[in-house]
Amino acid sequence: MKPKRNLVSKLKHQIDYIKKNYILYLLIAPAIILTIIFKYIPMYGATIAFKDFSPMRGIMGSEWVGFKHFTTFLESPNFLNIFMNTLKLSSFELLIGFPIPIILALMLNQLRRAKVKKNIQLVLYAPHFISVVVVSGMVFLFLSPAGPINAILTIFMDKPVSFMSNPDSFRSIYILSGVWQGAGWASIIYVAALANVDPQLHDAATVDGASLLQRIWHIDIPTLKPVMAVLFILAAGGIMAIGFEKAYLLQTSMNIPTSEIIPTYVYKRGLLAGDYSFATAVGIFNAIINVFLLLFVNQVVKKLNEGEGLL
Amino acid sequence: MNNSKGDRMLLLINNVLLGIIVLVVLAPLLYVLLASFLQPNVLISKGFSFNATDWTLEGYKRIFSDGTILRGFFNSLLYATTFTIVTVTVSVLAGYSLSNDDLVGKKAFMIFFLITMFFNGGLIPTYLVIRDLGMLNTIWAIVLPNAISVWFIILARTYFKAIPKELKEAARIDGASEFGIFLKIILPLSKPIIFVLALYAFIGQWNAYFDAMIYLDDRELFPLQLVLRSILIQNEVQPGMISDQLAMAELQKISEMIKYSSIVIASLPLLIMYPFFQKYFEKGVMVGSLK
Repeated sequence: MKPKRNLVSKLKHQIDYIKKNYILYLLIAPAIILTIIFKYIPMYGATIAFKDFSPMRGIMGSEWVGFKHFTTFLESPNFLNIFMNTLKLSSFELLIGFPIPIILALMLNQLRRAKVKKNIQLVLYAPHFISVVVVSGMVFLFLSPAGPINAILTIFMDKPVSFMSNPDSFRSIYILSGVWQGAGWASIIYVAALANVDPQLHDAATVDGASLLQRIWHIDIPTLKPVMAVLFILAAGGIMAIGFEKAYLLQTSMNIPTSEIIPTYVYKRGLLAGDYSFATAVGIFNAIINVFLLLFVNQVVKKLNEGEGLL
Repeated sequence: MNNSKGDRMLLLINNVLLGIIVLVVLAPLLYVLLASFLQPNVLISKGFSFNATDWTLEGYKRIFSDGTILRGFFNSLLYATTFTIVTVTVSVLAGYSLSNDDLVGKKAFMIFFLITMFFNGGLIPTYLVIRDLGMLNTIWAIVLPNAISVWFIILARTYFKAIPKELKEAARIDGASEFGIFLKIILPLSKPIIFVLALYAFIGQWNAYFDAMIYLDDRELFPLQLVLRSILIQNEVQPGMISDQLAMAELQKISEMIKYSSIVIASLPLLIMYPFFQKYFEKGVMVGSLK
């Protein structure tokens, strides 16, 4: 009898709490309602990937077709190309884009004069505040055959390079423009972490005869390791969820062979061509790979980071 | 400090490299700014020019003679302001509620929100919901679906948790209601976090184009970024910008100028304002990383 009584009294206590503090529940209600409508209902709506969605019948009324749309995608001739494009673009972006902010933070950390450091940071953060549309527009302007980059290149070559219509240059353009825009801002968190290093550690090491490089290696980098681990897992977990917005903007009919990635494909097949069920299936396929990558990378980082992972 | 010769060499290299990096970041921005005021291709053929005839305001004149960019500017202002008010309000309210350690169901609520960080319905199902709600071609399609930010809720909650409990206890003894405590004691103490969230929300929405591209068809409703996309990416020069009959080559040159000028008009306000807010952004990153 006793446990039951406890449960009842606990329940009673909880109801009392809710009655007394109903205002707290009113405060959280808007967030809950918005989340249900715009996050959970679409999750349910994702079942159309397993149906032949017909607008007349709605999500509930459409007929179940199992994995039909998944197999259509996997067997389609452009599957491998789109899949590899997604994987390559984002893993190259991760490999190049991840270490640069760390190096930048270590470099900034060596600046002695606070004012100089502030001003340099001010410049390095600036591109973060420019929209992705404007950055893409700048890329088109700078790389056009009559643009400034080609003006420099034609000193060495006879004819201008049309970068934006060349599939081979798409990835470099995407990644380098991303580094230009984001590396400074991404370094902010590492700079903050380095500011917490006890200066006495450095002094002591210097007295012991450690060189600058040795101090960076044995004091600064170990300080950054936990932040690096978390950010790396998050970035790697988002590999398939790559920034679709810029890829779509930088896409031209000529660079499609390398610029078509799963998210741009979903958008075109789904919203532009009205192939709702198929596009949703492709989206789910993408999300599943993403979850696997997240788990995989988490395991690897745990091994390297003395058992400390994110999950 | 007694740096060895090697260390001093390394520091010198470090400073030189940082100088180069600063130049690489700055150069494209300066180029755009100059190109917007110079006759087309002057920068390329002559470099910086001291010749008065090379300078022109033609690009800006054309932009202001056509209403499209200005309308986009005001649409963006409306969307970003409304979005900021809604998302900050919702996040602060939820964050305060969740900051109460004894809240019954706190853990369930947190899981409920966190799940949406890892799983979502995807592009098409979300689109269908918004369409079925009749929100296509309305401001609500831009404002409401993204108003929930789990990250904002966590930031707000972390901030509220740091406020000493004794303040609330004292007010309660004085007979204040829970809502009164929130309004009169907590909110006035929370101006910094509200400011940080508002900045993030406003800038994010100001620079966004994707939702508008999906949910808005009516050109009258286009935010600035969507107008820019048509000019910069799709090479659609708005009819009001080039009304006169111009030769093809001339047209090309002028549309080039319009591109540079519109980049300046769209980016300069934020770039000028952000240094004043820089310390708040850094604060936001710190609170976020403490989570």
